[in-house]
Amino acid sequence: MLDVKNLGAWYGRAQILNGVSLSVGKNEVVALMGRNGAGKSTTMKSIMGLVRHIDGTIRYAEREVQRNTPHVICRLGMGYVPEDRRIFGDLTIEENLEVGRREPRPDAPEWTQEHLFDLFPNLAERRKNLGKQLSGGEQQMLTIARTLMGNPKLVLLDEPSEGIAPVIVEQMARVIAELKREGLSVLISEQNLHFARIVSDRAYIIEKGEMRFEGSFTDLDENPEISNTYLAV
Amino acid sequence: MGFYFAQLLTGLANASSLFLIASGLSIIFGVTRIVNFAHGSFYMVGAYLAYTLVTLWSGSILGFWVSVILAAMIVGVIGLIIELTILRRIYHAPELFQLVATFGVVLIFQDGTLAIWGAEDLLGPRAPGLDSAVRIMGEPIPEYDLALIAIGPVVLLAIWLLFHKTRWGVLVRAATQDREMVGALGVNQAWLFSAAFVLGSFLAGLGGALQIPREAVSLQMDLSIIGEAFVVVVIGGMGSVSGAFVAAVLISVLNAFAILIFPQISIVLPFIIMAIVLIFRPHGLFGKPGSEKGAPEEPDQPLALMDQKSAMVLMAALLVLALSPLLTADFTSVLMVDVMVATLFAVSLHFMMGVGGMVSFGHAAYFGVGAYGAAMAVKFLGLGMISAMLFGPVCAAMAALFFGWFCVRLSGVYLAMLTLAAAQILWGVTFQWQRFTGGDDGILGVWPAKWASSDKVYFYIAFVLCVGGILALRRVAFSPFGYILRGIRDSQTRAESIGIDTRFHQWMGFVLAGGFAGLAGVVFAFSKGSVFPDSLGIALSIDGLIMVLLGGIHALAGPILGAGAFVLIEDWVTRLDYWRFIFGAIILIVVLVAPDGIAGGIQRLLRGLKGGRA
Repeated sequence: MLDVKNLGAWYGRAQILNGVSLSVGKNEVVALMGRNGAGKSTTMKSIMGLVRHIDGTIRYAEREVQRNTPHVICRLGMGYVPEDRRIFGDLTIEENLEVGRREPRPDAPEWTQEHLFDLFPNLAERRKNLGKQLSGGEQQMLTIARTLMGNPKLVLLDEPSEGIAPVIVEQMARVIAELKREGLSVLISEQNLHFARIVSDRAYIIEKGEMRFEGSFTDLDENPEISNTYLAV
Repeated sequence: MGFYFAQLLTGLANASSLFLIASGLSIIFGVTRIVNFAHGSFYMVGAYLAYTLVTLWSGSILGFWVSVILAAMIVGVIGLIIELTILRRIYHAPELFQLVATFGVVLIFQDGTLAIWGAEDLLGPRAPGLDSAVRIMGEPIPEYDLALIAIGPVVLLAIWLLFHKTRWGVLVRAATQDREMVGALGVNQAWLFSAAFVLGSFLAGLGGALQIPREAVSLQMDLSIIGEAFVVVVIGGMGSVSGAFVAAVLISVLNAFAILIFPQISIVLPFIIMAIVLIFRPHGLFGKPGSEKGAPEEPDQPLALMDQKSAMVLMAALLVLALSPLLTADFTSVLMVDVMVATLFAVSLHFMMGVGGMVSFGHAAYFGVGAYGAAMAVKFLGLGMISAMLFGPVCAAMAALFFGWFCVRLSGVYLAMLTLAAAQILWGVTFQWQRFTGGDDGILGVWPAKWASSDKVYFYIAFVLCVGGILALRRVAFSPFGYILRGIRDSQTRAESIGIDTRFHQWMGFVLAGGFAGLAGVVFAFSKGSVFPDSLGIALSIDGLIMVLLGGIHALAGPILGAGAFVLIEDWVTRLDYWRFIFGAIILIVVLVAPDGIAGGIQRLLRGLKGGRA
């Protein structure tokens, strides 16, 4: 479904990613792990077309998309949930969802506002509230719901568990499980090994812009030195 | 009592047209982050088109209103064409670079309008059906003013409905906050930008078209409104339409009463109000923090020390310049003095913008204060040339010390606007304070000392001062102080968190840039023998901006190339008919060919040549 080969990314003259390769299969949840500054978010942004200076190839939906703009990539069925949420603070919850709304596509589940309010009941209660009036956890829910309004086939979920209360993290895990049940593919970036293990099928570990590990969580458990080197704080 | 009420109504009628143009400007800035200097031109063209259409359908009520709407729609289409052919290609250029393109459009429109409608002011007919006055509390009030007072809120309501009840409007509001995210959610930004540009230019055209029964249509309409429109947008908060409405009412009503008490104040009053508002509310009345930021941009490249080859080219160029008076006629020396003055001025502005990260729309203020300082030192203090030349930059630095203290409390476009306000206030004082500054007549007889009075000798004085000033600023850019300034430019929070007093450093940077602009002003004053209020005017400030941006803000050589190109091209084209058109077209071509400025363009060219050989 998504196949990234040799991805390099630059901000100005600084190279952030160096030959990153990864893939996500159909209906698979894949974790991209690494410490702060390892290059997880830049990988996500590069795939979504949000980094101007990249090289390498990104294959998605049977075509190369590394030269496409974000809106074209989105319309091919890729959804992006940014790490810093980027809620439209002066828009209501309903309006935030409206911005994300796209036509349904035949090969992906269709999400409606009501369906999403079932999945995120807290949002339903506050549908007329402005984005900036929401708590961090509610904003995290909203940013996911907003992306789902685009009826994506693949969701890039950047650090969904960061900076929110444990009870919301649990809810987040349920949501990701629900996405998988609906048939979506998910690439999720995570620092938390425990959370990643619960929600995803396999993992990559990135460090200083390079891929250091690729495999199952069993592989990781059998080689504790890997997570000690690249994940432990 | 009736008289004051009438005055209030006049103020409100003025507010309506000001609101129309300012709301368009605000929408365009909010969505595209373009500071659109051409907005005044849209307003002017709207008025001219409406004049032609209304005269065509003269007399009928329906004809009048259809003409007004039609004129606004044509302006909307013109805006669309400009967006599609020019601006769309340069959205990824460095921040504010698009401003250069819109300035090119201003020049082209000035001559285009002149060619089509001629230089004479045109007096439009009164609005049919609204051509008399009604008596309110005994005072005659033009019916048309009452119609205008109603039109403002109606348009505000229409925009509000558009923004809240349509999907397009929701997208526009979302894009005003975070355009990139809107793109990542599948919205074609290019299309959204075009639409916002069309709506914005339509509103400017409408504002212009509605003016024809009230004032003569003239070629000065564009620049006379643009300053005030910017002020309204800034007071209201960039990107906020209702803010623009409140600000337009505030300014127009205060103005209507202020001219009763103190008529001279009317040219500077909007700028004084803006300065006061910004000091208390750094993002305007309804603006959000972050609304001042330009387009998200790649981080600035570190300034590179010159490699040996470029240093040799520079030395050679300086040598040629130094020897030029021996080889060429006097008028070339005079032209070269102009080039050096402009270059020092541009380098000082670049120091502020490129190194200090503080954009100034009013840098001419310090140039002018330097020039006036020297001229008054000669006139009133009887100082000689050398001491006057010292006195001028000190005056400029003092002015920068005063205004800079306020300006560094803001950032982004708000800071730029406050510098503009400062410049306009200084200009207004100079212009009005006849007894002291000579007002419009300026100060004459500011000649160099006898020994320096030949063009060639004066050339060398200018050479020493300007080249010395440029080298000094360059030296500072690479000093620890320069590093701190660049650090603050790249991240104010990080600089603050390592214990740097960011405001103080920016303030000192502001003063330094102002002082060197003053030095340029001093050299200018003695080379011309006189000073006029123009030397603090908005036009000169914009020229400086164009030089810096056109040259390339990310290179130290940028302002040098930009100023050289600007003065030489201007010197050449002003001898031609329709020189503004030609000049504007040249600017647009440079903008499209080299969106990274002349310096960036040359770098790419050299790299291309090297690549070609390898």
